[in-house]
Amino acid sequence: MDPVLLARIQFAMTVGFHFLFPPLTIGLSWLLVLVETMGWKKKDEIYTSIGKFFSKILGLIFAVGVASGIVMEFQFGTNWAEYSKFVGDIFGAPLAAEGVFAFFLESTFLGLYIFGRNRVSKGVHWFSALMVAVGSTISAFWIIVANSWQQTPAGYVIQNGRAELTDFWAAVFNPSTLPRFFHTFDAALISGAFFMAGVAAYLVYKNKGGEISRKALKLAVIFGLIVSLLEVFPFGHEHGKQVAETQPEKFAAIQGLYTSQTSAPIALFAFPTEPPPALHAPVEIPGLLSWLAFGDVNAKIQGINEFSKDDIPPLFLTFVAYHNMVLLGMLFILLMIIAVFKLYKKTLWDSKKFLKLLVWAIPFPLLACQLGWISAEVGRQPWIVYKLLRTSEAASVTVGASEILFSIILFAAIYILLASILIYLLVKKIKQGPPELVTGEEVLS
Amino acid sequence: MIDLNIIWFILVGVLIIGYAILDGFDLGVGVIHLFTKKDDEKRVNFNAIGPVWDGNEVWLLTGGGALFAAFPIVYATVFSGFYIAFMLLLTALILRAVSFEFRKYVTTQKSKEMWDLAFGLGSLIPALLYGVAIGNVMNGLPVELIDGKVTSSISFLGLLNPYSLLIGILSLVLFTMHGAVYLTLKSEGEQQERVINWVNKTWIIFVILYILATLATFFAAPYLFKGMLKNFLFWILFILMFVSMIYIPVSIKSKKFGKAFLSSSVMIAMMILLFALSLFPMLVPSSIDLNNSLTIYNASSTQRTLETMLIIALIGMPVVIGYTIFIYRTFKGKVVINQDSY
Repeated sequence: MDPVLLARIQFAMTVGFHFLFPPLTIGLSWLLVLVETMGWKKKDEIYTSIGKFFSKILGLIFAVGVASGIVMEFQFGTNWAEYSKFVGDIFGAPLAAEGVFAFFLESTFLGLYIFGRNRVSKGVHWFSALMVAVGSTISAFWIIVANSWQQTPAGYVIQNGRAELTDFWAAVFNPSTLPRFFHTFDAALISGAFFMAGVAAYLVYKNKGGEISRKALKLAVIFGLIVSLLEVFPFGHEHGKQVAETQPEKFAAIQGLYTSQTSAPIALFAFPTEPPPALHAPVEIPGLLSWLAFGDVNAKIQGINEFSKDDIPPLFLTFVAYHNMVLLGMLFILLMIIAVFKLYKKTLWDSKKFLKLLVWAIPFPLLACQLGWISAEVGRQPWIVYKLLRTSEAASVTVGASEILFSIILFAAIYILLASILIYLLVKKIKQGPPELVTGEEVLS
Repeated sequence: MIDLNIIWFILVGVLIIGYAILDGFDLGVGVIHLFTKKDDEKRVNFNAIGPVWDGNEVWLLTGGGALFAAFPIVYATVFSGFYIAFMLLLTALILRAVSFEFRKYVTTQKSKEMWDLAFGLGSLIPALLYGVAIGNVMNGLPVELIDGKVTSSISFLGLLNPYSLLIGILSLVLFTMHGAVYLTLKSEGEQQERVINWVNKTWIIFVILYILATLATFFAAPYLFKGMLKNFLFWILFILMFVSMIYIPVSIKSKKFGKAFLSSSVMIAMMILLFALSLFPMLVPSSIDLNNSLTIYNASSTQRTLETMLIIALIGMPVVIGYTIFIYRTFKGKVVINQDSY
């Protein structure tokens, strides 16, 4: 088999697996900051109990996130040596910055947050929760800096057969960094909100935890509604505009625009086929794509036909991944609107079917994250660094297909093991529920 | 003159030393865990490093990132060259990372034992492989510079040569001893007596292996000693290493465990500095022709990147060291097991 293809499969697998965890830990840790703030400032025992319960779950998820993340720091060197030599002068700095500014912070304070509740003052303990959230967010920032530089390189010059840094800030804040950071960060908040909402909904459904579960559910759905709305506007919209401007091939591919058009329509649903590239049974809104991308219904948008065959990404995968991500995003808003409406009408606690639906919704934001990531990364193909280095020229030349196959099988086995144990333990822990507060339960509710 | 390349050589060295001292004792505790029988002692092992091991491991990740940023050619050449070894290392580190939480929450005796084993082997394999990797670097790697481009052909079995294996066993014993010294601070009673015994025994084995390894290096990599005997710095480092080495069993005997841990840490730092000094300015000696070696000049990033990275390090690292000290002070003293413990 082709070693480059194998290296790509391995990268997709290891990154895809790892990317299940950071959105959850980032989202949950910010929710826990809110929870711990209420517990500390308002001396609210119920929030403290929510904090105790969810911080243990956070610890469990964090462990698998850390474990799967170790591979990330090294696999550019092991599997993508040619890429590493080409981009090292620029790409290594954000990875090192991530270590210095983020990894130390989150890892060090996570230990204090989980084990230090009785060892340090309440204020310091609260601070440790905040540092876990801040650290994991800074970590996301630097990773997105590195990845965005691959999407829209800036602040460099090609010299001595590699990309060399000319302007650090231009490289850090390249055109796609901020739109992608906000979009991804908010996706993490949604993932955390749906996780907390789903877990709390389960406990309410099973009549466990009393007021603890109800308050957690209330917090999670209100928070979830806000962040789900923000994800579409402004964050999703801004990111879309940026892609239209800076990566027209990717934009055409994810939108299914195969011929250039003025007043381009947006395809809501369709089934793409090729060759020749075509959308089947499309449901379209005329002019909307032009308006969303460039603020003008008559704006011309480049279609796939304008680009060389060697420079366009796979069309089916990008279209399907992107459209399903958007669909899920809309569903999240709908679910959270219903939840908040029921909360307002005071019927949420007794809507058994809806509570069940929230439980089943837990994995879907993570699926949306994966789909978004696929649109972004497959949409960048055939380039590993947009317009500078092709993926086919980037893999390690000294590593053979059989070696990569070995490591793919090895990691696949470990990941299946870790995922099944994690899910088993999470389900067990959640089913146990938080220990109920004995005093004042009825009075408070 | 000190230039940016030399500064980064030193800084990558500092990260490696930080990692070796901090995660070194984690790994050592893991190795000892393989031989720990009683459940309450096993829990002491886990909780002795539970709140800190994750932060300790970040030194490795940051070291990897810094190597990528400062010396990308070395990062790319060595990591792809050591492919299979690296995959085994990553597997071990992954299993160790999850073993804490997983062991805590699984309920059957069998599953607990399985994660005990994962913790133990997940510590033993890295402790061994780091030494094997350093042995191979000292020995030289088949690196060639053709038209200014680096090529190398390193095979996994080639990595397992007797010299590198010797260095691997040396590092395994060193980290085990370091972990045992750390456990003297964290354990009490019978368990403390047992780990004191571990320190004394591993110390003797370590000293013998260290002498053997030094002799073997004379033959395997004589270029590392070139000019060293006349180098003032070499002798200072060597004497410091020697004194701290002797001081380990001495302070253990007088029950000054904090001092023993300090000695063990200083000794590790001195060993790495001696290695760095004799390697300088090479990073990866070429076994084909020393002139083809990767050095801090031909394998580095541009001056602008090194400068930017230096600013990042100067801003970030003092803060990191500050809160790391705070955390260690918070969790100072003997392990106390409660319901939140591992």
